[in-house]
Amino acid sequence: MSEPKIRIRGLKKNFAGKQVLDGVDIDVPARSSMVILGGSGSGKSVTIKCLLGLITPDAGTIEIDGRNILALPAREREAVNDRIGMLFQNGALFDSLPVWENVCFKLLAQNRITRAKARDKAAEVLAQVGLAASVGDLSPGELSGGMQKRVALARAIAATPDIILFDEPTTGLDPIMGAVIDGLIRDCVQKLGATAVSITHDMASARRIGDEAAMLFKGRIIWNGPAAELGHTGNAMVDQFANGEREGPIQMELRR
Amino acid sequence: MSAAAEAAPRRKPLDIVLDGVAAIGRSAIGMARGVGAVALFAVEGVSHLARPPFYGRLVLRHFIEIAYFSLPVVALTAIFTGMVLALQSYTGFARFNAEGAVANVVVLSITRELGPVLAGLMVAGRIGAAFAAEIGTMRVTDQIDALTTLSTNPQKYLVTPRLLAGTLAMPLLVIVADVLGVMGGWIIGTAKLGFSSLTYLKATMDFLQFSDVMSGLVKAAVFGFIIALMGCWCGYNSRGGAQGVGGATTSAVVTSSILILALDYVLTELFFAR
Ligand SMILES: Nc1ncnc2c1ncn2[C@@H]1O[C@H](COP(=O)(O)OP(=O)(O)OP(=O)(O)O)[C@@H](O)[C@H]1O
Ligand SMILES: [Mg+2]
Repeated sequence: MSEPKIRIRGLKKNFAGKQVLDGVDIDVPARSSMVILGGSGSGKSVTIKCLLGLITPDAGTIEIDGRNILALPAREREAVNDRIGMLFQNGALFDSLPVWENVCFKLLAQNRITRAKARDKAAEVLAQVGLAASVGDLSPGELSGGMQKRVALARAIAATPDIILFDEPTTGLDPIMGAVIDGLIRDCVQKLGATAVSITHDMASARRIGDEAAMLFKGRIIWNGPAAELGHTGNAMVDQFANGEREGPIQMELRR
Repeated sequence: MSAAAEAAPRRKPLDIVLDGVAAIGRSAIGMARGVGAVALFAVEGVSHLARPPFYGRLVLRHFIEIAYFSLPVVALTAIFTGMVLALQSYTGFARFNAEGAVANVVVLSITRELGPVLAGLMVAGRIGAAFAAEIGTMRVTDQIDALTTLSTNPQKYLVTPRLLAGTLAMPLLVIVADVLGVMGGWIIGTAKLGFSSLTYLKATMDFLQFSDVMSGLVKAAVFGFIIALMGCWCGYNSRGGAQGVGGATTSAVVTSSILILALDYVLTELFFAR
């Protein structure tokens, strides 16, 4: 097999005495979609923030295209970040800017587009996430939660990044819109050749988006396999989680 | 009583002294560290002025936010201060039959001291708080992290334009405050104290010195920088939701107000103590 696009090894992070990540290993092949599962507070968001350099891990390596980005000088690190798109769990839209400027923010920042053209470009990307062009002139505060999420998604993919990180892309969306967004994420991978890492709590969505899935528990990856197998992987903990059963090995682990 | 409890009183005096020393040491170290961190933050903010991209649009936006929207409060403060100053100094000078010095006192105190300091305090309340709240909200809602992921340096985008706008806008406000402060004095002088309009204005012009006005404007620029800096710093480092943002807002206003008063002394010492 060729070298993975993203290779995370032994990632550790401690917050005020709490070991959130305790040796996370993940491989994401190029042009594939990886889904990360795990309970609330298990460190999924922290993991992808480490990937972006927003959180500095205590130990471990993160390789992108074979280079350990944690050891890169700031300037080269920025160049790597320029090729990564990120959807934040809460959207994190800039509320001082209209939606169209939010969507084209990166393209404008990198001077890849003029302000005059940015509105049209924004309308185009907004259409992909199922929003009308008129939404572009509103400010983020005027949108519903689900619309904000979709604008944030549009912002993450507008600059056609190599690697896209989605933190709960379909949370807060209605089921149909959720399916549309899942399709969009698949398109980013299959048509645009991006590598996607998504965090989700929605198993139907996980099976649709993911080629592979990995489950984070107590700071480690306890299972890693094809996303299609979720629910009948044979790993008791993953199956309990995927099927949403109240009683099972996870409860027993947590009670210990 | 246990042995430990008995032993405790004997160690106490020394403990108290040592605890006191340790507390003083700790807060001194903490303060030095804080000042160092703010200084680094300022240097980094300023250093972005030399490197593209430049956010002229943002500088303009913040400039208008500071200069234009603070105009009413600064104008009112200046007029009333000029009026009070004329009244009070008249009462004082009347005892020495030196009523003629009223115009002199008004123009000197307004241009050298009260214009910059009062405008500074007003702007600290409005703009320092607004900057801290806006940047603090961006911090706690991940917007600052989002900037990083969108190929934008958050310091360059958020801090540098505000520092520049603050430094440029404050002198402008203070020019207005100077004019209106003198006008306040003139209103009282002519309407109440019996000066003829011409005498008052002539006395003002005679005593008005370019160097006084300039020193006031330099102060204003420094205060504008400090207000923007503390607003940005407190917002940038706020943590934990609405409460954190509220705390950041308060400390931005308090620290910049104190710094304005302290720096006013230092600058006055520099300019006039010869
Ligand atoms: N900046 C931070 N400072 C301190 N603790 C943090 C910080 N960020 C995250 N944590 C802690 O790390 C743990 C994992 O947080 P994280 O946001 O990664 O959870 P998550 O797996 O994304 O959960 P969810 O599914 O609810 O979003 C939490 O216990 C959280 O309190
Ligand atoms: Mg999360």
